[in-house]
Amino acid sequence: MTMSQQIATVAMALLAGALKVSTPFLFVSLGECLTEKSGRVNLGLEGTLIMGAMVGYATAYETGNPWLGVCAAAMAGMILGAMHGLICALPRVNDIAVGIALMQFGTAFAFFLGKPYIQPEAPHLPDIPIGAWFDVGGTGELQLSPLLVCGSVLAFGMAWGLRQTRWGLIIRTVGESTVGARALGFRVDLVRLLSTAAGGALAGIGGSFLSLAYPGIWSEALSSGQGLIAVALVIFARWNPIYCLFASLLFGAAGALGPALQSVGVTEAYHLFNAVPYILTLLIMIGSSSRVAALRAAPAELSITR
Amino acid sequence: MTATPISSAGTSRRASQGAGPSAAIVAPNWNGLIEPTQYIVVPLLAIAVSVVLFSILLLVLGKSPATFFQLLWRGGFADGFAVQNTLERAAPLIFAALCVAIPARMGMVVIAEGPLVLGGLASAAAALPCLHRLPPLLILGVMALAAVMAGGACIGFVGVLRVRRGVNETISSLLLSYIVIAVLNFLVEGPLRDPGSTTKPSTQPIGAENMIGMIPGTEVHWGIIIAFVLCAAAHLLIYRTTGGFGARVIGGNIRAALAQGLPVAKLTTGFCMVAGACAGLAGFFEVAAIHGQANSSLAVGFGFSAILVSFMARHDPLVIPVVAIAMGGIQAAGGLIQRHMHLPDASVQLLQGLLFVVLLASETLYGRLRVRQAFSQRSSTATGGGSSNPEPAVSPQERRA
Repeated sequence: MTMSQQIATVAMALLAGALKVSTPFLFVSLGECLTEKSGRVNLGLEGTLIMGAMVGYATAYETGNPWLGVCAAAMAGMILGAMHGLICALPRVNDIAVGIALMQFGTAFAFFLGKPYIQPEAPHLPDIPIGAWFDVGGTGELQLSPLLVCGSVLAFGMAWGLRQTRWGLIIRTVGESTVGARALGFRVDLVRLLSTAAGGALAGIGGSFLSLAYPGIWSEALSSGQGLIAVALVIFARWNPIYCLFASLLFGAAGALGPALQSVGVTEAYHLFNAVPYILTLLIMIGSSSRVAALRAAPAELSITR
Repeated sequence: MTATPISSAGTSRRASQGAGPSAAIVAPNWNGLIEPTQYIVVPLLAIAVSVVLFSILLLVLGKSPATFFQLLWRGGFADGFAVQNTLERAAPLIFAALCVAIPARMGMVVIAEGPLVLGGLASAAAALPCLHRLPPLLILGVMALAAVMAGGACIGFVGVLRVRRGVNETISSLLLSYIVIAVLNFLVEGPLRDPGSTTKPSTQPIGAENMIGMIPGTEVHWGIIIAFVLCAAAHLLIYRTTGGFGARVIGGNIRAALAQGLPVAKLTTGFCMVAGACAGLAGFFEVAAIHGQANSSLAVGFGFSAILVSFMARHDPLVIPVVAIAMGGIQAAGGLIQRHMHLPDASVQLLQGLLFVVLLASETLYGRLRVRQAFSQRSSTATGGGSSNPEPAVSPQERRA
């Protein structure tokens, strides 16, 4: 292979990776975006993601219908999100610590219940093949998941909903000022509970993508911090659902760097390239945070930007 | 913000410190009794609730809770072998929990997995050039120094990011743990791989003659003693030094700390480095006393369990050993439970996760367990209890602006 061919292969793999790997990032970051807009942080979405992957896979295996799996994953994620919302509604409870606890709980619960499903094979979600649309060599593996399409539509829908609807206004008000929202007669804890539960449901769907589409199996090594990266992504995306979409695509490409380089013979630092998404996230957080004041776009009640 | 070291600030600190306990004794009534005992009652309540919830889950699955907790006792504490097994796991938990507890005094929630793994990796790497050249004790010294520096740098970096850029320390330390584990995998499978390690890629063994010995008469390595000493030292650091007082002020009210002219940035970074060094030692003892080399066994989640330990001990270094030994026992019993009850290996993790969630929820009970009585008395005990317990304000409301 010549140099330019290699670069083309890597670039194509990055594009395929962006389309393939970005869906979990997208759903988790949209869920976290919604939760954070209401003024609360749920760091437990990593656990929710794994729980969603397990429940989705198990349901798809038992019923034979992958879409039922997606619904079940959303339900499981909603329950975990609601747990976070309920516990954090208690006075003097720290939402960041509860997030870490739920991350451990969700992960352990998924491993605990998911043990019998490591071997059997569940039906996959169908793909939309788009490789045929391009007349370039090596594009055969370009595939578009219907969940990515749903997520992209949802990103625009959420951006519109937060800006234009009454519910969006209530969520943003609650996120900007607890006191102000109370004075207006909104039930702050209820709004946050619903936002966190909905965010958890989205993260659960993201998890079901992992086990039902790509990589498409259930194992205990399925998620490697995608849920956490997605939480950091929301800061990078400035709490804007549409930016969440672009950021997720970027991170999907970054995650595909290791395997892509491996495919052209660069196997030396495989593990280091796997660390690229985390390093990128950290750099982005360093670059996009601010010492002087909370970020301008951040909801004022958010504890992570204070 | 200019530092204004006024001499009266020093005296007022001591005065306010002394005022706490005496104010708590003011009201010798039921609430006076509840106030200090709640720090034992509430965690015990949380444990009881988690045990009940977990038992219900086991019953649903058709397993016997009685057998489970019996095995838990047998595998963790029943005989000398079990206790040694428990203590071996408690040592890294104590070191790593100190890494959580010290920043928690400043209102920070830090994950200790990164510095623990990095410390182990650094000590194994530092030993390589010294092997067969230096005497064993010196090699151990070099390894410990490398671990302390690596761990300290890791969490120190997190502290710097927090102070300079306002980067959330929980997320950055979590990301660092993933990065560190990737670096570990890269090094033990690449540049530092010992060709002899076939099943599990590892660094070159440091050799039995260079490893830390056991406490005479036991199968427990010296790390546990060092861990106890370090806990006492951390207690002194937090409660008996000016710097520790400053850290507690930062955790209590960052604006007051800034207004007092406390060197907030330096204190935060410094204490984070100390915390990271503690976790680095955990990695050092894992390498120098247990594995004899660095491999993926370093990243088995001690740094994550340690968060639970620290929160359960309410970030008090003197309570951490007790909780860590209890948690080490639970982990030590995991294999036994898995074999005897045919439960997944994650069942012990699940119990821990459940305990963590319930424990955090129970924090809402502090200051609310009281016998109903006249309002005036109630408020007097409330203020007394508040000042006698300068708890880390991990509440989001009191984080830095």
